[in-house]
Amino acid sequence: MSHSEAEIRKHVRVYITVFIALAVLTIATVLASYFHLPLKQAITLALFIASIKATLVAAYFMHLISENKVIHSILLLTGFFFLLLLLLPAMR
Amino acid sequence: MSSDHSHDLPFWKKYIFSTDHKVVGIQYTVTGLLFLFFGFCLMMLMRWQLAFPSQPLPWLGQFFHEKTMVSGIMLPEFYNQLGAMHGTIMIFLGVVPLAVGGFGNYLVPLQVGAPDMAFPKLNMMSYWVYFIGGVIMFCSFFLPDGSAQSGWTSYPPLSVIANQGQTFWLIGMVFLITSSLLGSINIIVTIVHLRAEGLTFFRFPFFIWSQLVTSFLLVLAFPPLEAAGILQLMDRVAGTSFFMPSGLVVSGQVLQASGGGNPLLWQHLFWFLAHPEVYVLILPAMGIVAEIMACNTRKPIYGYKMLVYSAIFLGFMSFLVWAHHMFLTGMSTKMSSFFQITTMIISIPSVIILTALVLSLWGGSIRFTTPMLFAIAFLPMFGIGGLTGLPLGLTAADLHLHDTYYVIGHFHYVVAPGTIFALFAGVYHWFPKVTGRKMSEFWGKVHFWLSFIFINGIFMPMFSMGLAGVSRRLYDPTQYAHGLAVQPLNVVISYSAWLLALAQIPFILNFFISIFAGKKATDNPWEATTLEWATPTPPGHGNFLTEPKVYRGPYEYSVPGAQHDFSPQHLEGIN
Amino acid sequence: MSDIAIKHISKPHPVTGVTNGKLGIWLFIASEIMLFGGLFSAYILLRTGSPSWPHGSSVLNVPLATLNTMLLITSSVTMVMAWASLALKNVGKFKFYLGLTILLACGFLIVKSFEYGTKFEHHHFPSTSTFYAVYFTLTGLHVLHVIGGIIVNAYYLFPGSKMWETNPEQFLCRIENAGLYWHFVDLVWIFLFPTLYLI
Repeated sequence: MSHSEAEIRKHVRVYITVFIALAVLTIATVLASYFHLPLKQAITLALFIASIKATLVAAYFMHLISENKVIHSILLLTGFFFLLLLLLPAMR
Repeated sequence: MSSDHSHDLPFWKKYIFSTDHKVVGIQYTVTGLLFLFFGFCLMMLMRWQLAFPSQPLPWLGQFFHEKTMVSGIMLPEFYNQLGAMHGTIMIFLGVVPLAVGGFGNYLVPLQVGAPDMAFPKLNMMSYWVYFIGGVIMFCSFFLPDGSAQSGWTSYPPLSVIANQGQTFWLIGMVFLITSSLLGSINIIVTIVHLRAEGLTFFRFPFFIWSQLVTSFLLVLAFPPLEAAGILQLMDRVAGTSFFMPSGLVVSGQVLQASGGGNPLLWQHLFWFLAHPEVYVLILPAMGIVAEIMACNTRKPIYGYKMLVYSAIFLGFMSFLVWAHHMFLTGMSTKMSSFFQITTMIISIPSVIILTALVLSLWGGSIRFTTPMLFAIAFLPMFGIGGLTGLPLGLTAADLHLHDTYYVIGHFHYVVAPGTIFALFAGVYHWFPKVTGRKMSEFWGKVHFWLSFIFINGIFMPMFSMGLAGVSRRLYDPTQYAHGLAVQPLNVVISYSAWLLALAQIPFILNFFISIFAGKKATDNPWEATTLEWATPTPPGHGNFLTEPKVYRGPYEYSVPGAQHDFSPQHLEGIN
Repeated sequence: MSDIAIKHISKPHPVTGVTNGKLGIWLFIASEIMLFGGLFSAYILLRTGSPSWPHGSSVLNVPLATLNTMLLITSSVTMVMAWASLALKNVGKFKFYLGLTILLACGFLIVKSFEYGTKFEHHHFPSTSTFYAVYFTLTGLHVLHVIGGIIVNAYYLFPGSKMWETNPEQFLCRIENAGLYWHFVDLVWIFLFPTLYLI
């Protein structure tokens, strides 16, 4: 990747922001678990926060936000089969 | 560029730990062929027991350890080991390494016009990881209790409480899966990135397409089996109960395990791989057949684009049909309806491919060379294999046929006279490119006709036996009255199997003698169009003398107005 | 090594816009997604099929795991900072950040070993119950991935960094790809943490 210097400095600021967001979300999800919500809500909330964190990591640290189409298509395909795999326990 | 840069390399670097895709491809091919033969030998032993239950094996019997045969009579445990290892070796150590590792490695860079694979070191590593996996599998025979004996599917809870060989099987599988992953990532990157200038996706030979789809299947379908393998390994080594239900009673005693596991989980994860695996076995074979048919009919493949779309659709759908192996596990009618429908849908692209290949023969000036004979034979053989699969995909018929010899006949028709015939065709077709010499046509034809007769002698009677209700893993088929009636068929099958082994002798001799004494081949002995024939024979290190450019599609045979009946991809203008 | 030239090692392919290494590592990550997909699927199936399942926080040490989450997130940001420093051609800073990444990963392993240790002391083994089987297998496999990441990063910190002198472009690509793998390991933990410890 050939980035200009200014661009990378801008990136670094984004990385720090994302890092802070990740830390805050981690604390939030731990705190939420102390409230002992009913199981369904607890699972939904925990997975929701985890998904936001994962999206942040994938989008900014792994540069998916500026990545090329070929990578996106591979991940889309994988994502489809991944979901299929997660649906597997429902097959009975 | 072709002048050998590797000339000054020591022997072990040039031929053993080589990063050259051609050497790795040859290593894969030779190892794969050896394992195929070994797996076949296991089956020939089993055939004695099946044809002549509990009679001592003449002469050979004396060489076996008393834990496997007592005075030449095979023990049931040993029979189970042979069965489990035959399946494992044929699929994971024989056909896949041959089709994807051997042909894929050798031909993909050549056909896309690349000097080597995208990651040559990774390529070497994938072979050696495969080799280690093979050694582990092979060594498991010498364990005190012998090798794995729970079938190639390794269903728990049986496999979890089985002997030590199962642990070796699981460790071996982890190696084989890792090797396949590395190899297929390499193939995908090579195809997408290293293709020559002008070689657009729709100018790919169909073989390249089949390798691309196959590699994607391996990348996405193999890891769930690796996960399942790790879980079963934990069950066996760490005493967990992923697949062990609570309160399991084995030989009258309640098993000491925490319980709470689910044996069906294994079946789901296993078939999530193993159905795409079927297409891993068949797609490269279709690719090889398409190449050989285009070259030997001297006309373009009929419906090339349709073939490509069908292969992609086949790959995609293969992920959505796995539970048709599990109709008898008590799944709801809703689920089974879904999987019956997807199973019927997936037969459509297979039929399209088969039809297009048959139509390719129409109006061609066919050259009945040995590879072409094998390729033509692939069509009806795969057709029988495919069509006999339909009743298995419908629950009403599957209820009766499940786990009988009918199933064995069905998938062997797909894999043995189907895929393995295509692989033989490929060996005969590309042998001149690899070694610089042709194999003998006469002995090739002897090999073909004998193999063709005997292989049908093996698998055709199995359908009758299956319809009669003979179960697939029976040690003694005469144990039940309904087996007695069809027992003579078992004798026919066994003699066919042993004769099939004899029919391979012309091939083996032809193979080795031709390396040294075959007729010298030119660079393009078959007058084919694809890029691998544009290299010197045999290709040197770096493959192409000058970087190839591609000007046309893969199968431009008998172009009107052209001087020759073939127009190679790399030549500009009408040739 | 042979001197045949393989294209697109450090220059992106004109059509796909990525290098060989990047396409390769993403395919590898795709297969890893399917690997953990299989494991998560097993977890869901066993949990939904079980009559009772312990609440993670009642049997596992949440504060330690929170600390570990922080360690991994931090190591992820230092990894990406290492790449950014290298892109700015600041080798000193690159080495500092990459070293820090490795140290944080080692810290993760140390905390993990304490966690495992106390479990063993209380006679909680993988064979104790399906919950512990899932816990030990999933975290254990993740630990193996962390160790793999440490080995790769340590290689690029010490012997592998020589490439910076001979082929800086390719070395930058390698660091980016190592980073992609490392972020994926972090990403797996982001899901493992709540699913095992919090719910």
